[in-house]
Amino acid sequence: MTAIHPPSTRVWWKQPVDRVELVWIAIALVWCLIMFFFMPFWHVYGNQNYSGEAYRVNPDQFVAKVNDFVSEYTVRTETDRNIPVVRPPAGSDIYLLARLWQWHPVLELEKGQTYRLRVSSADWQHGLSIQPINLNFQVLPGYEMVINITPTESGEYAVVCNEYCGIMHHTMLGKLYVVDPAEDA
Amino acid sequence: MSFEINREFRTCPKSGLVFHRPAERLIKANAVVAVIFLAVGGALGLLVALTRWPAVQLLNAQHFYTVLTGHGVVLLLVWILFFEIALLYFCSSVLLRCRIATPRMGWLAFALMLIGAAITAIAILQGGSSVMMTSYVPMPAEPNFYLGLILFAVGALIGTFIFFGTLVIAKDEKTYEGSIPLVTFGALTAAIIAVFTIACGAIILIPTWLWSIGYISEIDPLMYRLIWWGLGHSSQQINVAAHVSVWYAIAAIVFGAKPMSEKVSRGAFFLYILFISIASAHHLLGDPGLSSEWKIFNTSYAMYLAVLASLVHGLTVPGSVEVAQRKKGHNKGLFEWLRKAPWGNPVFAGMFLSLVGFGFIGGISGVVMGAEQINFLIHNTIYVPGHFHGTVALGTTLAFMAMSLWLVPVLFQRELFLPRLAKWQPWLFGIGTALQAFFMMGAGTLGVSRRHWDIAFTGSAFEWAYPGMAYTMMALNGISAIMAVTGGMIFVVVIVGTVFFGKRAGEVSGWSLDRPDTLRGPAEALTGHGSIGVKGFPAPGTFVLAGFLMLIFVVYYFINYGYLASVWKFS
Repeated sequence: MTAIHPPSTRVWWKQPVDRVELVWIAIALVWCLIMFFFMPFWHVYGNQNYSGEAYRVNPDQFVAKVNDFVSEYTVRTETDRNIPVVRPPAGSDIYLLARLWQWHPVLELEKGQTYRLRVSSADWQHGLSIQPINLNFQVLPGYEMVINITPTESGEYAVVCNEYCGIMHHTMLGKLYVVDPAEDA
Repeated sequence: MSFEINREFRTCPKSGLVFHRPAERLIKANAVVAVIFLAVGGALGLLVALTRWPAVQLLNAQHFYTVLTGHGVVLLLVWILFFEIALLYFCSSVLLRCRIATPRMGWLAFALMLIGAAITAIAILQGGSSVMMTSYVPMPAEPNFYLGLILFAVGALIGTFIFFGTLVIAKDEKTYEGSIPLVTFGALTAAIIAVFTIACGAIILIPTWLWSIGYISEIDPLMYRLIWWGLGHSSQQINVAAHVSVWYAIAAIVFGAKPMSEKVSRGAFFLYILFISIASAHHLLGDPGLSSEWKIFNTSYAMYLAVLASLVHGLTVPGSVEVAQRKKGHNKGLFEWLRKAPWGNPVFAGMFLSLVGFGFIGGISGVVMGAEQINFLIHNTIYVPGHFHGTVALGTTLAFMAMSLWLVPVLFQRELFLPRLAKWQPWLFGIGTALQAFFMMGAGTLGVSRRHWDIAFTGSAFEWAYPGMAYTMMALNGISAIMAVTGGMIFVVVIVGTVFFGKRAGEVSGWSLDRPDTLRGPAEALTGHGSIGVKGFPAPGTFVLAGFLMLIFVVYYFINYGYLASVWKFS
């Protein structure tokens, strides 16, 4: 009978399955397997993956490391709040701190170079969102996330916080510059 | 101390369904409270959408985050779970013609859920718990925010066990013969997932509550996210199992449709039980420290076997409608069965819009953004609310609305209030919600954040402007929300009106102590579907529609990987 009644009193398991259902299940299963294997495939052949590299970190120690990094490589400051712009050596470890309600510091990177970006939070959870390319990562206090990142286009990028972090969340906006190595060589 | 077991039943003259008196009261109470919370949550949702419309920006930042927290908690948890408890009682007691187990405990469950919801709602309204539904640590909420949720969950768990108890009684007292109906089987699936879900909620919210009152010094934020999403995501999987059951139920009620194959449909529900609860990983794809192997296995529900289940239901639900329509003589061509469907009946229209919207919008977007690498393009953007308005609002809520438009008149033995207005309801709500999902997904693709008061970043040290199209999309989302909320308001007016002012049904059934007849399945031959359809396919129209869905799915999946290949390299 219908779906709100018990099935036939005979052994309903033995009812033959229609061809339309079998064909569809086969198509759907193949697609599911393609999607499944596409993720490891991209790890091998794609260039956009996160390895999972991360370390437990004490937020205070992370802040101290960021401060050392900033004092060593600051090249100028911006805005009336004197926000430091940091130009680290190509290919080095670079630090980005999320805190209420700032991204610290502003990074200036060279196009085509690979950096080890180390990012964590000093307080609550934040979201690292690089615009307009729209790349997004979760930032947790107590965890230092390491992403090997290679900017492929020069320009000015925004660093938006996209994890809700309190009343001034909407003001948590940073900058990131990617410059052509030829420009100032 | 002993209680007299109430054995009063009535048989609905129209539907033939058998209601146990205490069960009927419990279903009424849970369903009506659910609808009231839906009204509250919908109003909050309108305020959210009007604030995120940049030219309107109705609320200030503080009120916005408070209202957004309330909108999430009230709709994703309170409305849905109250309705699902009503649904569980319906699928056990009513569909099996069985007395409900421990009705007094049912009232305890109801009271706990109501008190819990009220405690959390008050904590949110007081303004000190604007932590969003997810309440990620270490951002603190008031202790009562967590306490209310814990009480609510305990109530829901009791309700779930009353469902299991009722199944046991039905078996024991032999109220039915053979197997339970497919819809009850689907409800059983939902209930099993609910136990896992509520356990996750307890495991994380109880320590978090203790942390908020100072008994625990620290909650690890990553562990919190992992276990909290065992509650947050799995609760939406309860919804999937529940609303798929509702689709089958409405197909049965409106068309007398029977499952194309009990084996296939039940097998698909069984896949949900096995694989759906590991989806907590969807939310952790952009998190530090979890291995790719873990992410790939879990985010794909173990090779997408739960997605396979949904794809199967996506064929078999409309397929069962097509077979029923073709057997009634609408057997011409591919789509006569669909053209001749009762589009003016809001029960059917709501169910069908829910089915199509869930598949094309909620389903495809959910699987695509749950791919490990694509998630980096989507994580925490407003694409995510776009997706889950496609699943929870358009899929689950609209299915539950359609079910209510049929169930409430049957329960209260009244006629539907303002039936001509009710006809518009699924269309306004369905299309409005679908457009909302679409525009939010569009804005998210352009980088707009979710849970963000001001995409112009007023007061920030730097400036950044999203593309003009993002602003347009957020405005269109606001307009679509007005349409959806209009549909939602009509629903609430029709339901509340039916309960209080609906015309008494012509034939009213009285309570009787006679034991209802045992429920028996038919002794029909186990054959295929005969000569209907085209070329041995009994549901060719559905197959073509499903193929269309698959085509969009595949194209959209690879478009996203294609865009991903163009952004910065990272490893």
